[in-house]
Amino acid sequence: MMERLQEIVAAHAGREGPLLPILHDVQAEYGYVSEEAIRAVALALNLSRAEVHGVVSFYHDFHEAADARPVLKLCRAEACQSRGVEALAAGLPDNPRVKVEAIYCLGLCSVGPNAMIGDKVYARLDAARLGALVEALA
Amino acid sequence: MTLVRISDDALAIACGADEVADAFAKAGCTVERVSSWGMHWLEPLAEIDGEGFGPLNAADVAAVLAGDSDKSIGRIEDHPFIAKQQRFTFARAGKTRPLSLDDYAEHGGWLGLAKAREIGAAATIARVTESGLRGRGGAGFPAGIKWNTVAGAVADHKYIVCNADEGDSATFADRMVMEGDPFMLIEGMAIAALAVGAHMGYVYIRSEYPHAIAKMEAAVRASAHIVAPFVIEVRTGAGAYVCGEETSLLNSLEGKRGEVRAKPPLPALEGLFGKPTVVNNVLTLAAVPWIMANGAQAYAAVGLGRSRGTMPIQLAGNVKHGGLFEVGFGVTLGELVMTIGGGTASGRPVRAVQVGGPLGAYHPPAEFHLPFDYEAFAANDGLIGHAGLTVFDDTADMSAQARFAMNFCAVESCGKCTPCRIGSTRGVELIDRIRARAGRAPDKVEALPQMHNARKVERSLGDEITLLEDLCETMKFGSLCALGGFTPYPVLSALRHWPEDFGA
Repeated sequence: MMERLQEIVAAHAGREGPLLPILHDVQAEYGYVSEEAIRAVALALNLSRAEVHGVVSFYHDFHEAADARPVLKLCRAEACQSRGVEALAAGLPDNPRVKVEAIYCLGLCSVGPNAMIGDKVYARLDAARLGALVEALA
Repeated sequence: MTLVRISDDALAIACGADEVADAFAKAGCTVERVSSWGMHWLEPLAEIDGEGFGPLNAADVAAVLAGDSDKSIGRIEDHPFIAKQQRFTFARAGKTRPLSLDDYAEHGGWLGLAKAREIGAAATIARVTESGLRGRGGAGFPAGIKWNTVAGAVADHKYIVCNADEGDSATFADRMVMEGDPFMLIEGMAIAALAVGAHMGYVYIRSEYPHAIAKMEAAVRASAHIVAPFVIEVRTGAGAYVCGEETSLLNSLEGKRGEVRAKPPLPALEGLFGKPTVVNNVLTLAAVPWIMANGAQAYAAVGLGRSRGTMPIQLAGNVKHGGLFEVGFGVTLGELVMTIGGGTASGRPVRAVQVGGPLGAYHPPAEFHLPFDYEAFAANDGLIGHAGLTVFDDTADMSAQARFAMNFCAVESCGKCTPCRIGSTRGVELIDRIRARAGRAPDKVEALPQMHNARKVERSLGDEITLLEDLCETMKFGSLCALGGFTPYPVLSALRHWPEDFGA
């Protein structure tokens, strides 16, 4: 693990303010930012462990614990609310194998309710389509 | 061979544009993936010889090619939604392939940068100032004055930072620029760099926009030789709404927690890494090439009062004809929602329109006469912000919307200042009690004899509402940035216009 971490840090050498790009890569590689990674990144960037931990815990995109479940991000912001996402979310059967996360705005506000899986976006969702997306992930 | 144009913007793809494009290609057509026209209710929209067909799915393709499709909308350019617009920033929308340098140059690209290089830095700033262009991110600060401050600062390094952290619900114009016409934004940044003497530029894009990030990165690579020696780098946000605030964004770019900085010092003098920095919204920078190419007067000729030029207005939420509508300032709210937007998508009466994203006020139909203008909205306890409109029908519960606004502030607060960090949490509790129609008896601590200033009798619903208004006042005037400072707009406007939803 340490070797791969050092590669990630090295790939961003010479960039100004490299911490966020590094953490993005760590999150993408391992699915979370471990205590070990925080220590390694802090050492490499000459920061304190507390500073790196502060950044990791500030941003929603970085997670400090592993979660292997696939994620569906469902937009719960105002525009999707006005198009009925709350009823959709309330009616979604609980599936322990899929993590349904709230996200605040995908910028598709005229065709909601919207969701994102990985980098793929889905618009004009109804209960059946959303249910099918969750089922396909499980 | 038939040439079919279909958008490859994230919204079109989310609506199934890839499948439709594949079906046309399988039927032997040449498919060009272009930017979106902005008529979102018609996506996926296909264009063949100027005629539009939408919204399509793959099964409609055969009928379109046979000439007997009932999805024809006639010539796209003549469609009332397009014909009524004044497209300056979105002049190329629907017409060019986003990553084609040839298409961009053929449709007037790089003329603004050429002009700036010809007339020099001082004249460029003068032109932007004369155009009356104001910051499109929400604050409405004159762009030329900001540039002038940075140009006048003495430093070894200066930066251009493009704020593409478009986190407000109901806004997607930045995304459409980056996914549909990325070279325009790059050209705007290059002009700003030339004007103020900056060597490096950053585009800070939110991580919720993977398509925009990919397009911008490709466009930056493809145009590096044109904007050189100016260098642009794309940076990805990490899901913090508050990073749309300029000083918080700068901290995030530096690799820190996205906490808001106190001003002064202004970012124009001490911004990124302590250096003079222009921080402008995508739409501000994207408006600049047009102004440089067509002149300040042509831009300033459009608009109302001190709001000059055009605004790409985003019609969203429960609206029949949602999409991007660029028009000069001065159009009324009612015209936008009812005439252009066609009322609600659900067919029910409009109850409220939120203007300016999660921090904007809710307006009832009684305020549909308001002209779209920074000052007119400010005078009516509202704001136009980034010009996103969310339409709600009569099923909306306005006290629930007020609670959502407070809770959003509580979750997204950076924690730097007390009114925002604690005020929003207390606000959620207060609205919950109001919604439950529960008064509040003094708790154990408040009942202690030494708590001289604590209230000793139970609070009625009316007292709780007064307290909420008082809390909002504190947040509005005591917060460091717009997150805590503007959260009272949706809360108080909901309370003022729909008191029945709060039990009054």
